[in-house]
Parts: sequence; structure tokens; C-alpha cells
Amino acid sequence: MKKLILTTAILALTAGASFAETVRMGTEGAYPPYNFINDAGEVDGFERELGDKLCEMASLTCEWVTTDWDGIIPNLQSGNYDVIIAGMSITKERGEVVDFTQNYIPPAVSAYMALDAGVDVKSVPVSAQTGTIQAGYVQESGATLVEFATPDETVAAVRNGEADAVFADKEYLAPILAESNGQFAWAGTDVPLGDGVGMAFRKSDSALREKFDAGITTMKADGSLNELIVKWFGDTVATY
Amino acid sequence: MFSSCADPNNLHGLTWLLCYLTTGKHIDFYWSFLTVLTLLAVTAPVALAFGFGGAMMSRSQRLPLRIIGKTYTAMVRGVPDIVFFLFFVIALDQGIEYFFHVVRCPDWTEPVRNGLEFRVCPEAKVPLNSSAQIWHSLYGFALAVVTFALVFGAFASNVLYGAMQAVPRAQLETAEAYGMNHGQVFRRVLVPQMWVYALPGLSNLWMILIKATPLLFLLGVQDIVYWARELGGAKTSAYAYPHPDWRLYYFLGLLVFYLAMTKISELVLTRIQTRLSHGQATASGEAQRKAAA
Repeated sequence: MKKLILTTAILALTAGASFAETVRMGTEGAYPPYNFINDAGEVDGFERELGDKLCEMASLTCEWVTTDWDGIIPNLQSGNYDVIIAGMSITKERGEVVDFTQNYIPPAVSAYMALDAGVDVKSVPVSAQTGTIQAGYVQESGATLVEFATPDETVAAVRNGEADAVFADKEYLAPILAESNGQFAWAGTDVPLGDGVGMAFRKSDSALREKFDAGITTMKADGSLNELIVKWFGDTVATY
Repeated sequence: MFSSCADPNNLHGLTWLLCYLTTGKHIDFYWSFLTVLTLLAVTAPVALAFGFGGAMMSRSQRLPLRIIGKTYTAMVRGVPDIVFFLFFVIALDQGIEYFFHVVRCPDWTEPVRNGLEFRVCPEAKVPLNSSAQIWHSLYGFALAVVTFALVFGAFASNVLYGAMQAVPRAQLETAEAYGMNHGQVFRRVLVPQMWVYALPGLSNLWMILIKATPLLFLLGVQDIVYWARELGGAKTSAYAYPHPDWRLYYFLGLLVFYLAMTKISELVLTRIQTRLSHGQATASGEAQRKAAA
């Protein structure tokens, strides 16, 4: 009996190797509308829809995995998943450890959101998510950086008074501001940051990267990527 | 879950709350309580076994065994938990995959290590990329059990070692005088008597283990604290059930859970203590004898 269980377990672990290639997609699941865990407990959002579409075009089977933002690159490197698709901006520093596809969201602006529109964002405490380009920018701007592990906590910090403003992708903050009943307001000026958002791969995985890159090229050419962007971010954002 | 919950926008008051509390995400949250309890139920005996082995080795008469036992306790106890959880698990995971890599893909020519990257052939992945998510979760869970057991085993080992030394020498000498050999003394006299000395230390460890489960998320297992934070965070209308920051309520729920666990543990531990003291040459054993007389 024990042997039977063991054999079944091994079969289950090894079965399916001959079927379509399975790609594990790593995301954060806490950054609506880019990616979030919906009320059914599944990964949802712009990147879920985009990722599924790209996988379908490349005839790959895709499995979605969530991980915290802090460990998202190390977990890719140690092989816990094969792709990062998590609203990650393409930067030179990240490009040294992972390989990016072309961007699937054009270079966008980041914005300051505060309770009081008049705060001086260069001198007050500003919250941002650890390990993001926004956190790096705040640090250089001369303001006091207050870091948090999740995007949600950066916004909660402004509500609680731990920080006077939060600095993040404008597309992330916009729905929160719109639904805050006037509690929040934009502060300072918008800042263009990064070279757009791309998918990240291990440097040794260039074949897989090219498949997804080709998919993005096709979707840019036939306009379906623009449709997706408008569907999730509204028609005021930059498209291709 | 209920058909009346199909359109959350038209729900109000209690029906809204009922539907909200039964979303798929909340069901995952409730299951994670079971995950945590299972982890405790599996880890505690395994850690105790590790501890027992460590303690036996530490007091062995053979030098190599003694060195292994002492090194195990000293090393694991000296490394911060979080470092151990980050380093050991990755090392264990990569070790297993490297083993399968060597066995299954002898013809693979590309380097496994490439800077910080670790890449084995697809057939050597554990579990395989194509296996269902449940296997990935179970694998993560198993790694968690091994890691927790190793860490807590080292502490338990020291507690049990101390308990074994605390059993009065006179008891062992009497057993020897009756002609019992080394193993018999150990099994029949030393082990039954040492538990009462070990219990306070072990109960401390148990309490710490209960509260250490949030470390699970470091290992990719979604535990109750992760879900409480995720569910409690403010939700915009991108979600079906938008709400403001409710983390306070979720964490209050966790507080009640942990307090209940502590209370139950204390009740059980008191009973065990009474039972173990029975007939022992200790103060509480003496008190029991007097009360009975």
C-alpha cells in the first residue's frame, strides 16, 4: 500500500512532462489593476489577461503563482517560476540581473497622492514600496522615505499619518483617489519614471523570452494590446 | 458560494456581509487555519523526534556521535530563525533539484549555476513545472515542516538533554544494581522519569512554535497572517466587494485565535504535568502523594 501511494505520488510529480510546456508566471497579486487576487481567490487584472493571451498565442500552458515583491527576483533566479509579470518597470539596474521583454505598457508617470494637495513632497515623509523605482526616486528627492512591503500599506500609511504623501505609479493610485470621496488629492507634479513595464526572465532563458516578446509585438501591431490597456486603465493613459 | 451572491453590487447590510465572508478568497483564508493547525500537528512530533535524537547523541559515549549532537544544537540555536528559514530552505530545495538533475539529465551541458541563477533541466524540477499547483503547495509545506522541525528540534534537544541529566543518579544506580544493562536503564528508568523535567522547556517551545507560523509565508505557504493582511487591506471597486482598511478587524480575529490556542495549550499542558508528576520523586509528585494520603 505504501509503495502504491509512493508510486502514485511520483507519477503525479513526473506525469505530463511530454505535454505542452508549462510556464509558471510569477506575480505579486497586490497591485490592482495591474495584478491582484480577486474575490474568488484567483489572480486577476490587466497582467492576468495579457499573460493568458500571450500564453495562448505561444501555445504554452500557464500557471499563476504569487509571491511577495521583496523576493520576486530571487525566486525567479532560483527557479520557483519562469516569468515575472508584475508591473515591473524596465530599469538598467534590474536589467543587470534579469532580461526584460520589450515593454507592454509604455513609459508612464508616477504621482504623489496626499491628504493635503499643498504638501511639499520634497521635504515631508513620503511612503513608497520597498525595492521599487519610486522608492529610489523618493530617496534621491531629499524627502524622508518611509518604506513598506506592500502597495496597500503605503497608502494606509498616509491615512494613518505615518507619511504625508505616497509616491507610486499613477495608474495604481488613480482608482484609490477616485473612490476616496475627496479624502485624497494629487500633490506635487507627476514624474515620468522608468522605460515602461516589461516581463522579466532569467538571463539563461532567452528562448522563452523571445516567445513572449514576439507575442507582445503581434499584440502591439494588431491593436489588441491597446484595447487591453484601455479596458483596465481607462482611456486617459498612454497607449501604443 | 450562494446563488444570491451573484451580483454583489445589489447587496446590502447583512446579506452583503454574509456573501463577503463566503467568497472564494475567504474560504482560502479559513482553510489556512487548517494549514497552520496541520503544520503544528505534524511539526511538533517531528521536532520532538529530532530533539530526542539530538539529546541521545549529545550524551552518547561515542565521540563522533557526541560531536554531531552538540554541533547540531549549537549551530541551529546560534543562527537567527529568519536567516535559517531563508538560507536553509533554498539550499535544501536546490540540493534536491541538483540531485535529480545529476540523475535524470546526465547529458545536460549548460551550467547549473549562472551567477545568481540556478537552473536545472526541466525534468529535474521538484515538483515539475507541469504538476498541479497542489503539488507545489505540498512540496512547500513539506519543506516548511522539515525546516521548522530542524530549528525547534535543536532547542528541544537541549531541553531533553538537560532533563536526562536531571534524573536523580540514585534512580539509575538502583536500576543498575538490579542488573539492567545500559539500554534497559535508559528505556525503563531514565526516559519515563525525564519528561517531567523536560515539560516546562518543551511547553515554552510549543508556545513559540504556535506563534512562529507567520514565517511560513517566507516559504511560499500562505498562512493566516498573510491572508488577514491581504483581505483586510483597503479594496477599490476593482474588487467585487470594495471596503476601507479593515486590517484591524482581521487581526483582532487572529488575536482571538491565538489566545484560544494558548488557553487550550495551557489546559492540556497542566493535565500532562499532573500526570507526569504522578509517583515522581519531585515536589509536585510529593504533593500528590500527600493529597492522596
